[in-house]
Amino acid sequence: MDRETRKGQRAQGTRKIAKTLVYSFFLSVLTLCPLPFAFCHDAVCAETWPGVDESVVEKFAREHGRESREPLINTDQGDLLLFAFLLAGTAGGFAAGYFWRMLLEGKTKAQGSGKEKKK
Amino acid sequence: MKIPFLITALLLFASPAHAMHISEGILPLPWAVAWYALAIPFVAMGIRQVNRMSRRDLSFKPLAGLMAAVVFIISCMPVPVPIAGTCSHPCGTGMAAILLGPFVSSLIAAIALLFQALFLSHGGLSTWGANVFSMGVVGSIAGYFTFKGLRAMGVPLAPAAFFAGLQADWATYLVTSVELASGIRGSEPFLPLLEKILLAFVPTQLPLGILEGAMTAGMVMLLYRKRPDILVTMGVMDAGEVKANG
Repeated sequence: MDRETRKGQRAQGTRKIAKTLVYSFFLSVLTLCPLPFAFCHDAVCAETWPGVDESVVEKFAREHGRESREPLINTDQGDLLLFAFLLAGTAGGFAAGYFWRMLLEGKTKAQGSGKEKKK
Repeated sequence: MKIPFLITALLLFASPAHAMHISEGILPLPWAVAWYALAIPFVAMGIRQVNRMSRRDLSFKPLAGLMAAVVFIISCMPVPVPIAGTCSHPCGTGMAAILLGPFVSSLIAAIALLFQALFLSHGGLSTWGANVFSMGVVGSIAGYFTFKGLRAMGVPLAPAAFFAGLQADWATYLVTSVELASGIRGSEPFLPLLEKILLAFVPTQLPLGILEGAMTAGMVMLLYRKRPDILVTMGVMDAGEVKANG
């Protein structure tokens, strides 16, 4: 086995390890982050896991006599906010996937035209 | 394979907001106007640059679209931080600034924040300028210059992107604290209040900054593997370096 082949194999091994690390990172984020929610009641969680907007921004503002106002379009009513976030997540996810595909298609087209030119 | 996985992860986290944007009505009017005045020139520069770059390069539009979607989703994605017992979100502006430059990244953040303020009760219209300035402008500039500085010192792509994401996140929260402290302090001295707010952010934002760094490095490396030519076109790396790395 020559030096170049060994070098290539080592690089491939490193790439595999990096891939595994990335996958395990996303898996751990996916599984561990929502874990605490699974063990507590909704009402308790609402108090236990406040956003920093409540626990820091609004808390300090309140202490200094500033209260937050109702937004112009108040979607924070019942399940309406859940619907709005789900819609936003779906639209954002779709757009991300669509543009990613466009980027990859651009590559395929560029490679295709390169091959045609060679012929 | 990684992209559907990432998108699934992002979608799973999209739930009602527990975030850091300054809510509607928190800042007094003069401060709100001042932050608008500071943010708008950067957004205008972003519009100019989008027009110029989309004429120059065909792959710019899909990349800008991808970044806009990613910044929109992750800047309203509440991530629970177990050590702090609170939730907050990454910003995504470091990633966008590396790939598209700080002005386009500011514009993207401004659009994302406008939609969030209008339809997701997340941030506010009166505080839009302040939120754009902290997340869009300062986050982008911090991420961009950290990345460029580290690359100039010969740091490899992934660690440079990691620290750019980290800096973008922490700089955003530093400026949010400055905006909040200056807006609400009244007659109280500024620095002690700023210190208090910063310390309150630390337990949540310290780990979240690391998460943001990892996400930024992941996205940049993914593009490097799939479309290194785009990184060359956008000035993220040299053509020679791509060739040398195979």
